[in-house]
Amino acid sequence: MKSEFNFLNRDIVSIKGFSREEIDCILEVARSIEHIAEKGSDMLRGKVLAELFFEPSTRTMLSFQTAMYKLGGNVIGFAEPGVSSVWKGETLADTVRVVEKYSDIIVLRHPLEGSARFAAEYAQVPVINAGSGAEEHPTQALLDLYTILKAKGRIDGLDIALMGDLRYGRTVHSLAYALSLYNVKLSMVSPGLLRMRSEVLRDIRSRIDVIEYRDIEEILPELDVLYVTRIQKERFPDLGEYEKVRGTFAVNLKLLRSAKNDLIVLHPLPRLDEIAVEVDATPFAKYFEQARNGVVVRMALLALILGAIKKQ
Amino acid sequence: MSPGSLRVSKIRNGTVIDHITKGHALDVIKILGINGRSGGTVTIAMNVQSSKLGVKDIVKIEGRELNSEEVDKIALIAPHATINIIRNFRVAEKLTVKLPSVIRGIVKCIKPSCISNDSSEPIRSIFYLEEADPLKLRCHYCNNIMEEKDILQQF
Repeated sequence: MKSEFNFLNRDIVSIKGFSREEIDCILEVARSIEHIAEKGSDMLRGKVLAELFFEPSTRTMLSFQTAMYKLGGNVIGFAEPGVSSVWKGETLADTVRVVEKYSDIIVLRHPLEGSARFAAEYAQVPVINAGSGAEEHPTQALLDLYTILKAKGRIDGLDIALMGDLRYGRTVHSLAYALSLYNVKLSMVSPGLLRMRSEVLRDIRSRIDVIEYRDIEEILPELDVLYVTRIQKERFPDLGEYEKVRGTFAVNLKLLRSAKNDLIVLHPLPRLDEIAVEVDATPFAKYFEQARNGVVVRMALLALILGAIKKQ
Repeated sequence: MSPGSLRVSKIRNGTVIDHITKGHALDVIKILGINGRSGGTVTIAMNVQSSKLGVKDIVKIEGRELNSEEVDKIALIAPHATINIIRNFRVAEKLTVKLPSVIRGIVKCIKPSCISNDSSEPIRSIFYLEEADPLKLRCHYCNNIMEEKDILQQF
Protein backbone atom coordinates (compact mmCIF):
# COMPACT_ATOMS: atom_id res chain seq x y z
CA MET A 1 0.00 0.00 0.00
CA LYS A 2 1.38 3.45 -0.87
CA SER A 3 1.94 5.89 1.95
CA GLU A 4 0.35 8.98 0.35
CA PHE A 5 -3.24 7.92 0.98
CA ASN A 6 -4.91 10.50 3.09
CA PHE A 7 -8.61 9.99 3.57
CA LEU A 8 -8.85 11.61 6.99
CA ASN A 9 -11.34 14.53 6.93
CA ARG A 10 -11.34 14.51 3.17
CA ASP A 11 -14.16 16.04 1.13
CA ILE A 12 -15.68 13.86 -1.55
CA VAL A 13 -16.90 16.37 -4.07
CA SER A 14 -16.00 14.72 -7.35
CA ILE A 15 -14.76 11.33 -8.43
CA LYS A 16 -12.04 13.26 -10.25
CA GLY A 17 -10.40 13.98 -6.93
CA PHE A 18 -9.33 10.33 -6.68
CA SER A 19 -6.41 8.46 -8.17
CA ARG A 20 -6.89 4.88 -9.28
CA GLU A 21 -4.82 3.70 -6.31
CA GLU A 22 -7.11 5.55 -3.92
CA ILE A 23 -10.22 4.07 -5.51
CA ASP A 24 -8.68 0.59 -5.34
CA CYS A 25 -7.91 1.23 -1.69
CA ILE A 26 -11.53 2.23 -0.92
CA LEU A 27 -12.83 -0.88 -2.72
CA GLU A 28 -10.39 -3.04 -0.78
CA VAL A 29 -11.52 -1.53 2.52
CA ALA A 30 -15.14 -2.16 1.46
CA ARG A 31 -14.32 -5.80 0.82
CA SER A 32 -12.59 -6.08 4.19
CA ILE A 33 -15.62 -4.78 6.13
CA GLU A 34 -18.30 -6.85 4.41
CA HIS A 35 -18.76 -8.78 7.67
CA ILE A 36 -19.41 -5.53 9.56
CA ALA A 37 -22.19 -4.73 7.11
CA GLU A 38 -23.83 -7.91 8.39
CA LYS A 39 -23.12 -7.72 12.10
CA GLY A 40 -22.55 -4.01 12.75
CA SER A 41 -19.79 -2.29 14.72
CA ASP A 42 -19.28 0.63 17.08
CA MET A 43 -16.24 2.09 15.36
CA LEU A 44 -18.01 5.44 14.79
CA ARG A 45 -19.77 5.61 18.17
CA GLY A 46 -20.28 9.24 19.19
CA LYS A 47 -19.95 10.52 15.62
CA VAL A 48 -22.80 12.37 13.94
CA LEU A 49 -23.51 12.47 10.23
CA ALA A 50 -25.71 15.33 8.95
CA GLU A 51 -27.75 14.66 5.84
CA LEU A 52 -28.73 17.82 3.97
CA PHE A 53 -31.01 16.70 1.18
CA PHE A 54 -32.31 19.62 -0.83
CA GLU A 55 -33.72 17.18 -3.38
CA PRO A 56 -35.75 14.03 -2.85
CA SER A 57 -33.84 10.79 -2.45
CA THR A 58 -34.68 7.36 -1.18
CA ARG A 59 -31.76 5.06 -1.88
CA THR A 60 -28.85 7.41 -1.30
CA MET A 61 -30.28 8.90 1.87
CA LEU A 62 -31.23 5.55 3.40
CA SER A 63 -27.96 4.02 2.25
CA PHE A 64 -25.86 6.66 4.07
CA GLN A 65 -28.08 6.33 7.15
CA THR A 66 -27.70 2.55 7.16
CA ALA A 67 -23.92 2.85 6.67
CA MET A 68 -23.61 5.25 9.62
CA TYR A 69 -25.84 3.16 11.91
CA LYS A 70 -23.96 -0.03 11.01
CA LEU A 71 -20.77 1.68 12.19
CA GLY A 72 -22.36 2.76 15.47
CA GLY A 73 -22.80 6.45 14.59
CA ASN A 74 -25.85 8.70 14.52
CA VAL A 75 -27.63 10.63 11.80
CA ILE A 76 -29.36 14.01 11.78
CA GLY A 77 -30.66 16.08 8.88
CA PHE A 78 -33.54 16.92 6.63
CA ALA A 79 -34.96 15.29 3.56
CA GLU A 80 -36.55 18.29 1.94
CA PRO A 81 -35.73 21.98 2.19
CA GLY A 82 -39.39 22.93 2.68
CA VAL A 83 -39.27 21.90 6.33
CA SER A 84 -35.99 23.60 7.15
CA SER A 85 -34.75 27.16 7.49
CA VAL A 86 -33.78 26.95 3.83
CA TRP A 87 -37.45 27.58 3.26
CA LYS A 88 -36.97 30.91 5.05
CA GLY A 89 -34.27 31.84 2.56
CA GLU A 90 -31.10 30.71 4.34
CA THR A 91 -28.14 30.30 2.01
CA LEU A 92 -26.32 27.01 1.54
CA ALA A 93 -23.16 28.72 2.86
CA ASP A 94 -24.94 29.55 6.14
CA THR A 95 -26.68 26.18 6.39
CA VAL A 96 -23.41 24.21 6.25
CA ARG A 97 -21.70 26.56 8.70
CA VAL A 98 -24.46 25.95 11.22
CA VAL A 99 -24.87 22.23 10.63
CA GLU A 100 -21.14 21.57 10.96
CA LYS A 101 -21.43 22.70 14.59
CA TYR A 102 -23.76 19.75 15.20
CA SER A 103 -21.97 17.10 13.16
CA ASP A 104 -18.70 15.42 12.22
CA ILE A 105 -19.48 15.00 8.53
CA ILE A 106 -22.03 16.43 6.07
CA VAL A 107 -23.69 14.50 3.25
CA LEU A 108 -25.22 16.90 0.75
CA ARG A 109 -27.65 16.49 -2.11
CA HIS A 110 -28.50 19.71 -3.92
CA PRO A 111 -30.14 20.57 -7.25
CA LEU A 112 -27.40 22.96 -8.37
CA GLU A 113 -24.20 21.83 -10.07
CA GLY A 114 -21.07 22.68 -8.15
CA SER A 115 -23.04 22.89 -4.88
CA ALA A 116 -20.92 20.29 -3.08
CA ARG A 117 -17.68 22.03 -4.02
CA PHE A 118 -19.09 25.32 -2.79
CA ALA A 119 -20.34 23.78 0.47
CA ALA A 120 -16.95 22.13 1.03
CA GLU A 121 -15.26 25.51 0.70
CA TYR A 122 -17.37 26.84 3.57
CA ALA A 123 -17.54 23.79 5.84
CA GLN A 124 -14.76 22.87 8.24
CA VAL A 125 -16.06 19.29 8.49
CA PRO A 126 -15.79 16.95 5.49
CA VAL A 127 -18.54 17.16 2.86
CA ILE A 128 -19.65 14.19 0.79
CA ASN A 129 -21.45 14.94 -2.45
CA ALA A 130 -24.56 12.76 -2.64
CA GLY A 131 -25.63 14.24 -5.98
CA SER A 132 -25.07 17.77 -7.29
CA GLY A 133 -27.70 18.51 -9.92
CA ALA A 134 -26.91 16.69 -13.15
CA GLU A 135 -23.20 17.01 -12.47
CA GLU A 136 -21.83 14.23 -10.28
CA HIS A 137 -22.64 11.49 -7.81
CA PRO A 138 -19.22 10.19 -6.79
CA THR A 139 -20.24 7.65 -4.16
CA GLN A 140 -22.59 6.02 -6.66
CA ALA A 141 -19.63 5.59 -9.04
CA LEU A 142 -17.63 3.92 -6.26
CA LEU A 143 -20.43 1.46 -5.47
CA ASP A 144 -20.85 0.78 -9.20
CA LEU A 145 -17.15 -0.07 -9.46
CA TYR A 146 -17.41 -2.24 -6.36
CA THR A 147 -20.35 -4.12 -7.86
CA ILE A 148 -18.42 -4.71 -11.08
CA LEU A 149 -15.36 -5.84 -9.13
CA LYS A 150 -17.39 -8.25 -6.98
CA ALA A 151 -19.22 -9.73 -9.95
CA LYS A 152 -16.27 -9.95 -12.33
CA GLY A 153 -13.24 -10.15 -10.04
CA ARG A 154 -11.60 -7.30 -11.95
CA ILE A 155 -12.32 -4.04 -13.73
CA ASP A 156 -9.35 -3.92 -16.12
CA GLY A 157 -9.92 -5.59 -19.46
CA LEU A 158 -13.73 -5.41 -19.37
CA ASP A 159 -15.95 -4.31 -22.23
CA ILE A 160 -18.42 -1.86 -20.68
CA ALA A 161 -21.32 0.16 -22.15
CA LEU A 162 -23.17 3.06 -20.52
CA MET A 163 -26.65 3.37 -22.01
CA GLY A 164 -29.56 5.79 -21.72
CA ASP A 165 -29.56 9.43 -20.63
CA LEU A 166 -25.85 10.20 -20.61
CA ARG A 167 -26.35 13.96 -20.72
CA TYR A 168 -28.41 14.59 -17.59
CA GLY A 169 -27.66 11.40 -15.65
CA ARG A 170 -25.19 12.39 -12.93
CA THR A 171 -24.31 8.82 -12.04
CA VAL A 172 -22.93 8.09 -15.51
CA HIS A 173 -20.76 11.22 -15.44
CA SER A 174 -19.03 10.10 -12.26
CA LEU A 175 -18.86 6.49 -13.41
CA ALA A 176 -17.33 7.40 -16.77
CA TYR A 177 -14.60 9.40 -15.03
CA ALA A 178 -13.92 6.54 -12.65
CA LEU A 179 -13.80 3.91 -15.41
CA SER A 180 -11.34 6.01 -17.38
CA LEU A 181 -8.79 5.29 -14.65
CA TYR A 182 -8.95 1.60 -15.63
CA ASN A 183 -7.99 -0.21 -18.76
CA VAL A 184 -11.51 -0.78 -20.07
CA LYS A 185 -13.21 -0.67 -23.45
CA LEU A 186 -15.93 1.93 -22.92
CA SER A 187 -18.93 2.52 -25.18
CA MET A 188 -21.59 5.21 -24.80
CA VAL A 189 -25.04 4.37 -26.13
CA SER A 190 -27.65 7.13 -26.17
CA PRO A 191 -30.14 9.01 -28.33
CA GLY A 192 -28.54 12.01 -30.08
CA LEU A 193 -30.25 14.47 -27.74
CA LEU A 194 -28.88 12.76 -24.66
CA ARG A 195 -25.25 12.18 -25.68
CA MET A 196 -22.56 12.24 -23.03
CA ARG A 197 -21.52 15.80 -22.14
CA SER A 198 -18.60 17.13 -24.12
CA GLU A 199 -16.62 18.13 -21.02
CA VAL A 200 -16.84 14.57 -19.67
CA LEU A 201 -15.86 13.04 -23.01
CA ARG A 202 -12.98 15.46 -23.29
CA ASP A 203 -11.63 14.45 -19.90
CA ILE A 204 -11.97 10.71 -20.28
CA ARG A 205 -10.74 10.59 -23.90
CA SER A 206 -7.39 11.88 -22.70
CA ARG A 207 -7.03 8.52 -20.94
CA ILE A 208 -9.05 5.87 -22.77
CA ASP A 209 -10.80 5.35 -26.10
CA VAL A 210 -14.54 5.91 -26.05
CA ILE A 211 -16.90 5.10 -28.91
CA GLU A 212 -20.43 6.52 -29.10
CA TYR A 213 -23.33 4.50 -30.52
CA ARG A 214 -26.98 5.16 -31.23
CA ASP A 215 -28.18 1.63 -30.45
CA ILE A 216 -27.00 -1.27 -28.35
CA GLU A 217 -27.60 -4.28 -30.60
CA GLU A 218 -24.34 -4.02 -32.52
CA ILE A 219 -22.10 -4.11 -29.44
CA LEU A 220 -24.20 -6.15 -27.00
CA PRO A 221 -22.70 -9.59 -27.86
CA GLU A 222 -19.22 -8.44 -26.75
CA LEU A 223 -20.22 -6.68 -23.55
CA ASP A 224 -19.22 -7.71 -20.02
CA VAL A 225 -21.12 -4.90 -18.29
CA LEU A 226 -24.23 -2.99 -19.44
CA TYR A 227 -25.01 0.05 -17.29
CA VAL A 228 -28.52 1.36 -17.94
CA THR A 229 -29.98 4.71 -16.91
CA ARG A 230 -33.48 6.08 -17.17
CA ILE A 231 -34.46 8.24 -20.12
CA GLN A 232 -36.74 10.96 -18.84
CA LYS A 233 -39.72 11.95 -20.93
CA GLU A 234 -39.35 15.64 -20.08
CA ARG A 235 -36.00 15.82 -21.88
CA PHE A 236 -37.75 15.46 -25.23
CA PRO A 237 -39.49 18.39 -26.91
CA ASP A 238 -41.41 15.91 -29.07
CA LEU A 239 -43.26 13.05 -27.36
CA GLY A 240 -43.24 11.01 -30.56
CA GLU A 241 -39.45 11.11 -30.51
CA TYR A 242 -39.47 9.98 -26.88
CA GLU A 243 -41.70 6.98 -27.63
CA LYS A 244 -39.40 5.95 -30.47
CA VAL A 245 -36.27 6.25 -28.37
CA ARG A 246 -37.80 4.52 -25.36
CA GLY A 247 -38.23 1.25 -27.24
CA THR A 248 -34.71 1.34 -28.65
CA PHE A 249 -33.14 1.68 -25.23
CA ALA A 250 -35.20 -0.88 -23.33
CA VAL A 251 -33.53 -4.02 -21.97
CA ASN A 252 -35.59 -7.22 -22.06
CA LEU A 253 -35.04 -10.96 -22.44
CA LYS A 254 -35.35 -10.78 -26.20
CA LEU A 255 -32.52 -8.28 -26.42
CA LEU A 256 -30.39 -10.24 -23.96
CA ARG A 257 -30.54 -13.39 -26.13
CA SER A 258 -27.47 -12.17 -27.97
CA ALA A 259 -25.57 -11.30 -24.77
CA LYS A 260 -22.76 -13.28 -23.19
CA ASN A 261 -23.91 -15.59 -20.42
CA ASP A 262 -21.91 -13.69 -17.85
CA LEU A 263 -22.99 -10.19 -18.87
CA ILE A 264 -24.05 -8.12 -15.86
CA VAL A 265 -26.75 -5.45 -16.12
CA LEU A 266 -26.51 -2.51 -13.71
CA HIS A 267 -28.84 0.41 -13.04
CA PRO A 268 -28.57 3.17 -10.38
CA LEU A 269 -32.36 2.88 -9.79
CA PRO A 270 -35.12 3.91 -9.68
CA ARG A 271 -36.06 2.31 -12.97
CA LEU A 272 -39.27 2.70 -14.88
CA ASP A 273 -39.53 0.41 -17.86
CA GLU A 274 -36.00 0.64 -19.26
CA ILE A 275 -35.25 -2.78 -17.79
CA ALA A 276 -38.16 -5.21 -18.09
CA VAL A 277 -39.19 -6.92 -14.85
CA GLU A 278 -38.60 -10.29 -16.57
CA VAL A 279 -34.85 -9.58 -16.42
CA ASP A 280 -34.85 -9.36 -12.59
CA ALA A 281 -34.78 -13.11 -12.02
CA THR A 282 -31.90 -13.74 -14.46
CA PRO A 283 -28.22 -13.89 -13.49
CA PHE A 284 -27.73 -10.75 -15.62
CA ALA A 285 -29.50 -8.57 -13.06
CA LYS A 286 -27.15 -7.04 -10.49
CA TYR A 287 -29.01 -3.79 -9.83
CA PHE A 288 -30.45 -4.77 -6.47
CA GLU A 289 -27.02 -5.95 -5.36
CA GLN A 290 -25.76 -2.48 -6.24
CA ALA A 291 -28.04 -1.07 -3.54
CA ARG A 292 -26.57 -3.45 -0.96
CA ASN A 293 -23.03 -2.72 -2.11
CA GLY A 294 -23.77 0.99 -1.73
CA VAL A 295 -24.05 0.54 2.03
CA VAL A 296 -20.71 -1.27 2.27
CA VAL A 297 -18.85 1.26 0.12
CA ARG A 298 -20.33 4.19 2.08
CA MET A 299 -19.34 2.45 5.33
CA ALA A 300 -15.78 2.18 4.00
CA LEU A 301 -15.76 5.88 3.08
CA LEU A 302 -17.18 7.05 6.41
CA ALA A 303 -14.72 4.88 8.34
CA LEU A 304 -11.78 6.19 6.32
CA ILE A 305 -12.80 9.87 6.38
CA LEU A 306 -13.63 9.86 10.10
CA GLY A 307 -10.42 8.02 10.96
CA ALA A 308 -11.86 4.73 12.24
CA ILE A 309 -9.91 2.85 9.58
CA LYS A 310 -6.46 4.08 8.65
CA LYS A 311 -4.72 3.25 5.40
CA GLN A 312 -1.09 4.14 4.94
CA MET B 1 -0.95 62.28 -43.88
CA SER B 2 -0.22 59.49 -46.31
CA PRO B 3 -3.07 57.37 -47.63
CA GLY B 4 -3.92 54.53 -45.24
CA SER B 5 -1.96 55.96 -42.31
CA LEU B 6 -3.39 56.22 -38.79
CA ARG B 7 -5.90 59.03 -38.44
CA VAL B 8 -5.65 59.53 -34.68
CA SER B 9 -3.48 61.88 -32.70
CA LYS B 10 -1.07 61.07 -29.88
CA ILE B 11 -2.21 61.28 -26.28
CA ARG B 12 -0.32 63.03 -23.51
CA ASN B 13 -1.12 60.71 -20.58
CA GLY B 14 -3.17 57.55 -20.56
CA THR B 15 -3.34 54.14 -22.22
CA VAL B 16 -3.11 52.91 -25.79
CA ILE B 17 -4.56 49.46 -26.39
CA ASP B 18 -3.22 48.28 -29.71
CA HIS B 19 -3.64 45.08 -31.73
CA ILE B 20 -7.19 44.48 -30.57
CA THR B 21 -8.84 41.70 -32.56
CA LYS B 22 -10.85 43.41 -35.28
CA GLY B 23 -14.41 44.17 -34.32
CA HIS B 24 -13.74 44.08 -30.56
CA ALA B 25 -12.82 47.72 -29.85
CA LEU B 26 -16.32 48.44 -28.54
CA ASP B 27 -16.15 45.34 -26.32
CA VAL B 28 -12.91 46.66 -24.82
CA ILE B 29 -14.62 50.00 -24.15
CA LYS B 30 -17.51 48.18 -22.54
CA ILE B 31 -15.51 45.96 -20.20
CA LEU B 32 -13.46 48.93 -19.06
CA GLY B 33 -16.70 50.67 -18.15
CA ILE B 34 -15.99 53.64 -20.39
CA ASN B 35 -19.16 55.55 -21.09
CA GLY B 36 -17.69 58.81 -22.39
CA ARG B 37 -19.04 60.84 -19.51
CA SER B 38 -15.81 61.03 -17.50
CA GLY B 39 -14.35 63.82 -19.60
CA GLY B 40 -11.13 62.28 -20.95
CA THR B 41 -10.73 61.84 -24.69
CA VAL B 42 -11.34 58.31 -25.90
CA THR B 43 -10.35 57.46 -29.45
CA ILE B 44 -11.52 54.30 -31.17
CA ALA B 45 -10.02 53.16 -34.44
CA MET B 46 -11.49 50.16 -36.21
CA ASN B 47 -10.27 48.09 -39.13
CA VAL B 48 -6.83 49.67 -39.14
CA GLN B 49 -4.21 48.00 -41.38
CA SER B 50 -1.77 45.94 -39.31
CA SER B 51 1.33 44.05 -40.40
CA LYS B 52 0.84 41.66 -37.45
CA LEU B 53 -2.90 40.98 -37.60
CA GLY B 54 -3.90 42.12 -41.10
CA VAL B 55 -6.61 44.32 -39.67
CA LYS B 56 -6.87 45.49 -36.08
CA ASP B 57 -8.71 47.85 -33.75
CA ILE B 58 -7.06 50.44 -31.48
CA VAL B 59 -8.38 52.24 -28.41
CA LYS B 60 -6.69 55.29 -26.87
CA ILE B 61 -7.81 56.51 -23.47
CA GLU B 62 -6.63 59.90 -22.31
CA GLY B 63 -6.04 60.32 -18.58
CA ARG B 64 -6.42 56.72 -17.41
CA GLU B 65 -3.83 54.01 -16.77
CA LEU B 66 -5.13 50.46 -16.75
CA ASN B 67 -4.42 48.18 -13.80
CA SER B 68 -3.55 44.49 -14.02
CA GLU B 69 -7.12 43.28 -13.46
CA GLU B 70 -8.32 45.41 -16.33
CA VAL B 71 -5.51 44.05 -18.48
CA ASP B 72 -6.68 40.50 -17.64
CA LYS B 73 -10.20 41.36 -18.75
CA ILE B 74 -8.90 42.60 -22.07
CA ALA B 75 -6.96 39.36 -22.51
CA LEU B 76 -10.25 37.49 -22.62
CA ILE B 77 -11.55 39.34 -25.66
CA ALA B 78 -8.34 40.51 -27.32
CA PRO B 79 -5.57 38.01 -26.56
CA HIS B 80 -3.13 39.62 -28.99
CA ALA B 81 -3.56 43.16 -27.67
CA THR B 82 -0.61 45.24 -26.57
CA ILE B 83 -1.05 47.88 -23.91
CA ASN B 84 1.11 50.97 -23.69
CA ILE B 85 0.94 53.31 -20.74
CA ILE B 86 1.70 56.81 -21.97
CA ARG B 87 3.18 59.54 -19.82
CA ASN B 88 4.02 62.93 -21.33
CA PHE B 89 3.56 61.61 -24.89
CA ARG B 90 6.08 58.79 -24.34
CA VAL B 91 5.56 55.08 -23.77
CA ALA B 92 6.35 54.71 -20.07
CA GLU B 93 5.28 51.05 -19.68
CA LYS B 94 4.42 48.21 -21.98
CA LEU B 95 2.03 45.68 -20.49
CA THR B 96 1.71 42.27 -22.01
CA VAL B 97 -1.76 40.88 -22.30
CA LYS B 98 -1.62 37.34 -21.05
CA LEU B 99 -4.56 35.11 -20.29
CA PRO B 100 -4.34 34.24 -16.61
CA SER B 101 -4.68 30.56 -15.73
CA VAL B 102 -7.39 31.43 -13.17
CA ILE B 103 -10.04 34.04 -13.93
CA ARG B 104 -12.09 35.28 -10.99
CA GLY B 105 -15.27 37.29 -11.09
CA ILE B 106 -15.03 38.62 -14.64
CA VAL B 107 -17.36 36.29 -16.51
CA LYS B 108 -20.35 34.23 -15.42
CA CYS B 109 -21.00 30.55 -16.01
CA ILE B 110 -23.57 30.16 -18.77
CA LYS B 111 -25.16 27.18 -17.09
CA PRO B 112 -28.23 28.44 -15.18
CA SER B 113 -28.05 25.38 -12.92
CA CYS B 114 -24.52 26.23 -11.70
CA ILE B 115 -24.30 27.26 -8.03
CA SER B 116 -22.15 30.25 -9.05
CA ASN B 117 -25.27 31.80 -10.61
CA ASP B 118 -27.21 31.66 -7.33
CA SER B 119 -27.25 35.34 -6.46
CA SER B 120 -28.25 34.68 -2.85
CA GLU B 121 -25.00 32.80 -2.09
CA PRO B 122 -21.72 34.54 -1.21
CA ILE B 123 -19.97 33.25 -4.32
CA ARG B 124 -17.74 34.68 -7.03
CA SER B 125 -17.20 32.91 -10.33
CA ILE B 126 -13.89 31.13 -10.84
CA PHE B 127 -12.76 29.77 -14.21
CA TYR B 128 -9.68 27.90 -15.32
CA LEU B 129 -8.10 28.53 -18.69
CA GLU B 130 -8.70 25.36 -20.68
CA GLU B 131 -7.55 26.60 -24.07
CA ALA B 132 -6.33 30.01 -25.21
CA ASP B 133 -7.17 29.88 -28.90
CA PRO B 134 -10.03 29.41 -29.46
CA LEU B 135 -10.79 30.51 -25.93
CA LYS B 136 -12.26 27.89 -23.61
CA LEU B 137 -12.80 28.33 -19.87
CA ARG B 138 -13.78 25.65 -17.36
CA CYS B 139 -16.04 26.56 -14.45
CA HIS B 140 -14.47 25.75 -11.07
CA TYR B 141 -17.86 24.88 -9.60
CA CYS B 142 -19.87 22.95 -12.22
CA ASN B 143 -16.98 21.93 -14.50
CA ASN B 144 -18.82 23.23 -17.58
CA ILE B 145 -16.57 24.35 -20.43
CA MET B 146 -17.54 27.74 -21.86
CA GLU B 147 -16.79 28.37 -25.50
CA GLU B 148 -15.43 31.63 -26.89
CA LYS B 149 -18.78 32.81 -28.27
CA ASP B 150 -20.45 32.36 -24.89
CA ILE B 151 -17.66 34.34 -23.23
CA LEU B 152 -17.63 37.20 -25.76
CA GLN B 153 -21.41 37.51 -25.54
CA GLN B 154 -21.05 38.61 -21.94
CA PHE B 155 -19.23 41.82 -22.79
